[in-house]
Amino acid sequence: MDRVKTSALSGAEIVVRCLQEEAVEYVFGYPGGAVLFIYDELFKQDKVKHVLVRHEQGAVHAADGYSRSSQKVGVALVTSGPGVTNAVTGIATAYMDSIPMVVITGQVPTHAIGLDAFQECDTVGITRPIVKHNMLVKDVKDLASAMKKAFHIASTGRPGPVVVDIPKDVTAAVTEFHYPETVAMRSYNPVRKGHAGQIRKAVQLLAEAERPMIYSGGGVTLSDSSELLRELVKSTGFPVTNTLMGLGTYPATDRQFLGMPGMHGTYECNNAMQHCDVLLAIGARFDDRVIGNPAHFASNPRKIIHIDIDPSSISKRVKVDVPIVGNIPDVLEELIKLLKGVHPEISAWWKQIEAWRAKDCLKYDRSSKIIKPQFVLEKLYEVTKGKAFVTSDVGQHQMWAAQFYKFDEPRRWINSGGLGTMGFGLPAAMGVQMANPGATVACVTGESSIQMCLQELSTCKQYRLPIKIVNLNNKYMGMVRQWQQFFHGNRYSESYMDALPDFVKLAEGYGHRGLLIDKPADVEPALREAFANKKELYFLDFITDQTENVYPMIPGGKGNTEMILSEDL
Amino acid sequence: MRHIISILVENEAGALSRIAGLFSARGYNIESLTVAPTEDASMSRMTIVTSGSDDVVEQITKQLNKLIDVVKVVDLSEAEHIERELMLIKVRAGQKEREDMKRMTDIFRGRIIDVTDNTYTIELTGDGRKLDAFIQALDQGTIIETVRTGTSGIGRGNRILRV
Repeated sequence: MDRVKTSALSGAEIVVRCLQEEAVEYVFGYPGGAVLFIYDELFKQDKVKHVLVRHEQGAVHAADGYSRSSQKVGVALVTSGPGVTNAVTGIATAYMDSIPMVVITGQVPTHAIGLDAFQECDTVGITRPIVKHNMLVKDVKDLASAMKKAFHIASTGRPGPVVVDIPKDVTAAVTEFHYPETVAMRSYNPVRKGHAGQIRKAVQLLAEAERPMIYSGGGVTLSDSSELLRELVKSTGFPVTNTLMGLGTYPATDRQFLGMPGMHGTYECNNAMQHCDVLLAIGARFDDRVIGNPAHFASNPRKIIHIDIDPSSISKRVKVDVPIVGNIPDVLEELIKLLKGVHPEISAWWKQIEAWRAKDCLKYDRSSKIIKPQFVLEKLYEVTKGKAFVTSDVGQHQMWAAQFYKFDEPRRWINSGGLGTMGFGLPAAMGVQMANPGATVACVTGESSIQMCLQELSTCKQYRLPIKIVNLNNKYMGMVRQWQQFFHGNRYSESYMDALPDFVKLAEGYGHRGLLIDKPADVEPALREAFANKKELYFLDFITDQTENVYPMIPGGKGNTEMILSEDL
Repeated sequence: MRHIISILVENEAGALSRIAGLFSARGYNIESLTVAPTEDASMSRMTIVTSGSDDVVEQITKQLNKLIDVVKVVDLSEAEHIERELMLIKVRAGQKEREDMKRMTDIFRGRIIDVTDNTYTIELTGDGRKLDAFIQALDQGTIIETVRTGTSGIGRGNRILRV
């Protein structure tokens, strides 16, 4: 082994060896001139499997879905220039949701950098604001340590994507290979333990709370703290919400769960967020889609405790009383220990919450002769027994999926929450299926979103991925149409999707199955047929009500309790 | 409020653009920015003068700390500190202005570092207000060219920024 470790390898061999050292199972990528040496080395081995996508955006989303559903670092490999620019949307998506990922990009040879060479772009410059870190490796001697650093930085602290840009001549140059076992960086040492004094303050506030509320987000998913969250919620008896990024970390079917907060959150949850006297935020960032107008949110006096590994998330939009910077599992363990036996009497608070819950804010017309999108999602939940991995694109279908599919486990709900990337769902589902062979994977999408990365249907065929595409087809960019209806005087400017393809034929053209469903009675049988088939991809084209809107809705700039409910209209 | 932020940063390619890019991407002000290597050549020290509310400056320091290349950040203006800026100013100095210009330079404790037939180049150090005051004190028509380094700062006594 020592002999191998000290033998001289080419840069391309080093890249592949590093991936092997990191136990990378899949690399999602697309070859091109600048990465040919790396592809040549991938060809010569079989430990690291390569998945050939049809567009680089798909590669990064697939690596992203792979990571979200498995907690491993996702890896993508693209060529220089257009390979990189195509990957940018995927990298930004991962960055906004703090997904650990390493993106290896080819670069023109070092002697050609800066000379406007063929397929040259300033990769480090272009990706700088959308990565946790990036680096251009100009010397093959630095390559192994750069790769090690990339995996280390991507997966520790607040995770995120790291881009390693490698010029072609560096992949050809030869050096001794030694993969460092550890990384020591004086400028990067993420914290773990929370401040003991702050944790004690938090315990005191929680113990004296009359109207407590636990608000937890994507940080709980990313740090795999779901079990600890459940323990905390159960031992205290407090109400809890999961943000869009945290769904599944607390079981949605449990009575203490109040649904999702925010713009399309539940009536009971948004009211509880607004009227609680102590708010415990865990790995959530009070973003604009969650708390609405920060001035309105702050108008109600309450004490806020905020646990986050990233200090810059604390007191960014909302002033926090007890900040606790630390690794969520470490802090939660402390908190649970100190809260043992603390079970404040909050029955009056629960009574109030139940009164809000009785509003039944997610109700919709169940007698409709046209398929209601909510109905499809309820049936999807039933047919998959709530056990599926569900990816989504962005828009109305995403919100309905978040509202109606009751996730009981973390890492089952895979969506682009921060960047809101249409086109994410299908390639992400590929990564999810790769990470979880044999699992049921559904991609909930709409006729507009699905067309943004449609080419990946071909990848799905090549790798025989039996994904079930649940297309809620209302012939509109539904969420755009909804905003135009509410805020732009029913002027549906460019939101109608004309000239749609025949999705059934399209799916068949790619070698998949397709079904068109236009009657409510056919929804369940179609789902049953599709999900019973473990071998083939199904494209289920549900023709849904064009006029349906997502409720409740907090209009942009309004406060959390200023919701529009379906009954108001 | 004006703040002087001192940053120790790894002397890596692109470190400056990461920091400058952070300020523009998040809409923070940069009044001035100076950077040069320290006695340890693997590190550079940067001084950024910015302005913003306490909340904004808190975010600026947190966001800077998040950058992987940034080793340490301190807001110098939080406590006792010294700041200096260097200005080179070229002024018209023909026979009839020379005497006045020399006297003014002496009052401000500047130094004339270059002389030609009809110009002086004056070197002046001080905080920004002193340099502004010197410019104000001159007959505006005599100023040909000015160049300023931007503020550099250091904490007093035991306030030390190093690894």
